[in-house]
Amino acid sequence: MERKVLKGKIWVLLDKHGKLIEDIDTDQIYHNAYLHITEVSEMGQYALGNLEGWRDFAQKCHEGDMVIAGRNFGAGSSRQQAVDCFISLKVSLILAPSFSAIYFRNAVNSGFPILKIPNLERLVSGAKLVTGDVLEIELKESKAKNLSKGLSFEVEPMSSVQYDIYKSGDLFKYGRILENKS
Amino acid sequence: MDLDVRSARDFGGPNVIKNYEREYDDSPLADKNKTFFTFDLCAPACILKYADNQQACRDFARKHGFKVYDVDRGIGSHVLIEEGLAQARTTVVGTDSHLNILGAVGSFGQGMGDMDITFAFKTGRTWFEVPETVKVNIKGNLSPTACAKDLTLALCRELGTKKIALRAAEFYGEAVRNLTLAGRITLCSMVTEMAGIIGFIPEYHLSLAQEVAKFSNKKYSPFKTDEDASYSDIIDIDLSGLLPQVAIPFSPNNVQSISEVRGVKIDSGFIGSCTNGRTEDFIQAARILKGRKIKEGIMLKVVPATRLVYEELLEQGILEDIFRSGAIVINPGCSGCAEGHAGLTGKGEVQVSTGNRNFSGKQGKGMTYLASPAVVAASCLLGKIASPEDI
Repeated sequence: MERKVLKGKIWVLLDKHGKLIEDIDTDQIYHNAYLHITEVSEMGQYALGNLEGWRDFAQKCHEGDMVIAGRNFGAGSSRQQAVDCFISLKVSLILAPSFSAIYFRNAVNSGFPILKIPNLERLVSGAKLVTGDVLEIELKESKAKNLSKGLSFEVEPMSSVQYDIYKSGDLFKYGRILENKS
Repeated sequence: MDLDVRSARDFGGPNVIKNYEREYDDSPLADKNKTFFTFDLCAPACILKYADNQQACRDFARKHGFKVYDVDRGIGSHVLIEEGLAQARTTVVGTDSHLNILGAVGSFGQGMGDMDITFAFKTGRTWFEVPETVKVNIKGNLSPTACAKDLTLALCRELGTKKIALRAAEFYGEAVRNLTLAGRITLCSMVTEMAGIIGFIPEYHLSLAQEVAKFSNKKYSPFKTDEDASYSDIIDIDLSGLLPQVAIPFSPNNVQSISEVRGVKIDSGFIGSCTNGRTEDFIQAARILKGRKIKEGIMLKVVPATRLVYEELLEQGILEDIFRSGAIVINPGCSGCAEGHAGLTGKGEVQVSTGNRNFSGKQGKGMTYLASPAVVAASCLLGKIASPEDI
């Protein structure tokens, strides 16, 4: 089922200098030592397990939480596990100024919502998004609201293929819908 | 859109099978002649889980009647070129983020996750959001000590992860026009590290077609770009007199000239990977290693990309020159570049590698510098980062 409004507590991935971390690669998200794992439920424990300052993320994260990261999130490998590990933890959404191309595809295909906010760095550096804040996102209207601070801002709308796959559930379900149409 | 080839590796492959059987049971593939497994990550398997995964893939392939390029063959993207499967104007997908290497022969290669590939196995189709194209004009010629890898690393610095991000790039200029197949592979492979979708080198010499066709015995005709093509951006980069380049840990875009890092003490070297695993790359290294000995206490791991490269190196006596210098010669595959079947770095170890990524933890707990085969060879002789001219 399509969930148009997502609400959750945010984790802002900052480095030790308080800056939003850019270019987080798939080995930092889901290290290649665990690539042999094929069971999604086993993947969550390794999420961000190789990211300096965030190795304990899997223990801290709760169902429905959202992740906020710097630009080019998911650089590197094509591993689906780097998306699946967040699905495994029941993270509800990832926000970043941009994602690597393959990471974006993998998330879209899983029906896992990842959204772009081009000026995200400014929102973070201006303390308008702080870890622990509760964020509400209307996917269809592409609007976000920081409920803890009473601030609203725009998110980039999902592309049509992203929205269609998300609405269908995942790529496989989307494929079946296309097949039944033709 | 329709796909010409879909492939999965021993990494990703097992997940593809799992998805496939869950979603599509025993139903047939869209086209078994366009579907392949290529095992290269952990080849042959050195941990039990990979052995299990590879065997599961073999069983699946047998059941569905498609071909496996098994652990003996080497890096999948290179095998696809050697087999003539990645022709100019084809679209090829696989579970390899460096599949855009196929841009070297004018094929649109796209790395994908296991859901995408499962869907491609079953339907033969996929979705793309067509990327914009950036034209990159490279001015000037490199210094005589620099090669395709140095050019590539310099572009990793100049283009960073922003300038061609999520777009295709076309590279022009004399320095890239003159690149052989091996050099083109080096450049195109690292478009991934520049956050680009794919790179093409539209200008070529006629010998390129012979080079590509040599392995597969299939005729190869290079591609042309549209005369009315539009570009979202045009970037000019002057690389006149470029010296050897080195990427500093832990980013392939953190690139400095050899003069800045010369003398950094190393513990080990690695020559291979999809970026620098062709015969020509080992010839460059062997020119420096021949008749000399690697410094005591330094280990140099040498891994040809494919079995055909290994064979050429054997026939030409190159492997012997490398072996006699004290290097460890390993069977083809991704090996230490991807924490594969051989050659991890330990805590505190400093490695200089011809690979394409030096992210923290990528090849173990050590620190990896990225450089050309000639720089790695020279560095291993001296025990510290060195330029070929230091020998």
